[in-house]
Amino acid sequence: MEIPYTVSTRPDTGLWNAKVGIWLFLASEVMLFGGLFSAYIFLRLDAPPGMWPHGLLNVPVGTMNTAILIMSSVTVVLAWAALKMRRYRAYWWYMLATILCGVIFLAVKLVYEWPQKFDHFGAYIKPDALGKYEQYLGNEHAAAKDLPPRLEITGHLHNRAALTDPNIKEYEVYLDPVNADPTNPAMDRPHFFYVPPTHKLATIEKADVERATMFLPTHSAYFASYFTITGLHGMHVLGGVLVFIYMWLPVSKKLYQRNPEHLANRVEVAGLFWHFVDLIWIFVFPLFYLL
Amino acid sequence: MDPSASLETHHDPHAHAGEHEHQQLGWWRKYIFSTDHKVIGIQYGLCGLVFLFFGFCLMMLMRWQLAYPGQALPVIGKWLPYIFGAGSMPDGKMTPDFYNSLGAMHGTIMIFAGVVPLAFAAFGNFVVPLQIGAPDMTFPKVNAASFWAFGVGGVIMLTSFFVPGGAAKSGWTSYTPLAAFADRGPGHLSIFNGQTLWLIGFIFLITSSLLGAINFITTIIQLRAKGLTWMRLPFFVWSQFVTAFLLLLAFPPLEAAIIMQLMDRVADTSFFLPSGLVVNGAPVSISGGGSPLLWQHLFWFLGHPEVYVLILPAFGIVAEILANNSRKPLWGYKSLVFSVLVIGFLSFIVWAHHMWMTGMGSAVSAFFQTTTLLISIPSVIILSAFFISLWGGSIRFTVPMLFATAFLPMFGIGGLTGIPLAFNSADLYLHDTYYIIAHFHYIVAPGTIFGLFAGIYYWFPKATGRKMNDFWGKVHFWPTLICMNVIFLPMFLQGMAGMHRRWYDGGQGWNVANEHTIWGLTGFQWNAPISWAAWIMGLAQIPFIINFFWSIKRGEKVNDNPWEATTLEWTAPSPPPHGNFIGTPVAYRGPYEYSLPGRERDFTMQNEPVEPSERVRRKSAEPVLV
Repeated sequence: MEIPYTVSTRPDTGLWNAKVGIWLFLASEVMLFGGLFSAYIFLRLDAPPGMWPHGLLNVPVGTMNTAILIMSSVTVVLAWAALKMRRYRAYWWYMLATILCGVIFLAVKLVYEWPQKFDHFGAYIKPDALGKYEQYLGNEHAAAKDLPPRLEITGHLHNRAALTDPNIKEYEVYLDPVNADPTNPAMDRPHFFYVPPTHKLATIEKADVERATMFLPTHSAYFASYFTITGLHGMHVLGGVLVFIYMWLPVSKKLYQRNPEHLANRVEVAGLFWHFVDLIWIFVFPLFYLL
Repeated sequence: MDPSASLETHHDPHAHAGEHEHQQLGWWRKYIFSTDHKVIGIQYGLCGLVFLFFGFCLMMLMRWQLAYPGQALPVIGKWLPYIFGAGSMPDGKMTPDFYNSLGAMHGTIMIFAGVVPLAFAAFGNFVVPLQIGAPDMTFPKVNAASFWAFGVGGVIMLTSFFVPGGAAKSGWTSYTPLAAFADRGPGHLSIFNGQTLWLIGFIFLITSSLLGAINFITTIIQLRAKGLTWMRLPFFVWSQFVTAFLLLLAFPPLEAAIIMQLMDRVADTSFFLPSGLVVNGAPVSISGGGSPLLWQHLFWFLGHPEVYVLILPAFGIVAEILANNSRKPLWGYKSLVFSVLVIGFLSFIVWAHHMWMTGMGSAVSAFFQTTTLLISIPSVIILSAFFISLWGGSIRFTVPMLFATAFLPMFGIGGLTGIPLAFNSADLYLHDTYYIIAHFHYIVAPGTIFGLFAGIYYWFPKATGRKMNDFWGKVHFWPTLICMNVIFLPMFLQGMAGMHRRWYDGGQGWNVANEHTIWGLTGFQWNAPISWAAWIMGLAQIPFIINFFWSIKRGEKVNDNPWEATTLEWTAPSPPPHGNFIGTPVAYRGPYEYSLPGRERDFTMQNEPVEPSERVRRKSAEPVLV
């Protein structure tokens, strides 16, 4: 028994089966990420002034990752086109490039960006103690310039034991530039290039802290949605890479020799998925890095 | 019915099986890890029935507590703690936590592990490819993956009964912040606790229906037989087509919500948790800033289309059976098709009528009130068309027809009692009362489940080559119909008297349930007759279970088209071999050409070519009625 239209097109719809299938799948993916993005909008609109952080992500690295993903979208089209022209060698190289792009993207996320966040510390100051830490927060300066209030002191935690040890009564923090020099007008807006924490050490009493965590999902609604959405997106990238690896391995060459159009169709379908994953990132990048 | 009247009688359905390569597959590949749509459909069907019965058993336990609160359950009561753990029913008396678990899991299992797999996946898998003349689904392996994802999800749901603390207990809707803090803390494991397993199980169930939905839509678009144009599709195929779209587009937002609730529980985020939350008298250390309303929006964005996922396949089944047994074309086929499409669309924009109590604001309420009332129009069109289809027919009251005709008034009651709930002013009073329970159970229990029973009796001969026993079918039908009404009709009254749906003691300790009498009994006292009806209905399923299994081997042998039906599945051998059809099916006419004038027989199958004499008499594919 053979299922019709796996490779050839059905005359009245002009489509082969997997192409219909992948578009339906992408429609459901739109709804999945749509749900998450609407949660982002919901949470962000609900956030009180000063409770939605800005400038905590590394914009150049994010930009680079964006470029890498876009590049991989181009190479996967070239791979497909090479198959259509029956140039397997070229296909193989373009596919390898696509896989590498995906791997680099994931590596940057998992080895550099995420761990850097996990290593960063933030302490929300209690409302009545804000004045005590005015030298780090610069709220008078912010109010004068009509900027949202600053409620959190961030940086590198010097005494990490303070997170778990109740006997330690204060956090020692190497301040981020914005907290080290809060009245400097250059700090009014987030920086494009990442500026590491300074050597200026601040002591924050635990009694004055509303809540202090590393930059984990539990830190804030912002990081919760950042890690959830980029995590889910990362899993999609990983899935795409695995599929591409399968199509790049010798096992797919056998399919190519038997029915090259079938492999081309598979690459087309996987490529459509890949473009979608790319498109999600095009939304993720401005929402979390820029806005 | 005279078997020899069928055009497509095959002498021995089993003679064809040998011609196909499927025969060479081993037993495991053929019956367990199969990619054949029929086997997968039957697997889904059997699992769905088992889950339905299991979910029903949970409710039968709850009915004891509601009717006789605090009393020890006789006979089986002392054995249940050995199954569900010491905290469930010590000395046969149900604990509040166990009651809550039963309630939450009854809803979850009935809907997501019982009715959806049965109505959508089982009937869709078995019937749709046969009705459109396809050899199989477009993606047989994806189809198998869908079934196994469902299996994993179902097992996880069942497993959650046996972890410390028991299964999820925050209602089938798992509203936050309650659900975010349930099953946490001392005595609970970090992942292996009821609520977290509920969430994880759901991810698998959603994956399963996603894969199924993609497969169904692609199959219907791509694999229709030659000549089977869109307006020649049986109505059942249309209903499955729309259902698949609902699952495809409505489930992912719930998946997003489930991922977020999972993060709230596992990674301590605050997607659904507002700032300043106090649990057990102590402030919780969370970032806050989340929104409990967000969960409700995302949940009901699935939850409402889900209602139509439950009912549309039953519409489809009932349509097939009504046309077949009234020996008349379905009245208003096009109106039915467009109505089902409109329902599909509107079902996406009515979800907030589940949330009148949240205070969304009058503008939002007005919008959802309007759309909710709009969606009743296509529903009424469908039901009216069904009733009119019966008019002037020569009705055969076969067992499937009994269930299908009973479906009509039952669904009618369920639908009409929903109208007061569409208005937020009336709903403020009726919200979360037994009125709601009665309303939606009339739609899914005597509604959808009657449709499913009808379908099982109707397509059983196609799957096995044998008919289920008529007499025992009627013994199954009549007590079930009576009990259904004894169970749910008084609940309307209980609800209007103000009884709340989540009372653990059945209302014993509440004035509102004890001071008014309804037809001589107080609201609380009504619990006992309702419970007895439920238990009797449980017994009434025994004839069905025995009939079902007995008929597989011993039922009356029938030909390929025992109901003298017109659609393409009846042109295939029974049971259909791998690849389904002998030769390539071609459709020449619409799906319900019953009682065509000037014909020898009162049914004309879709694969019978249009004769030249017919062409003169009729201009379109629509049958000419005299």
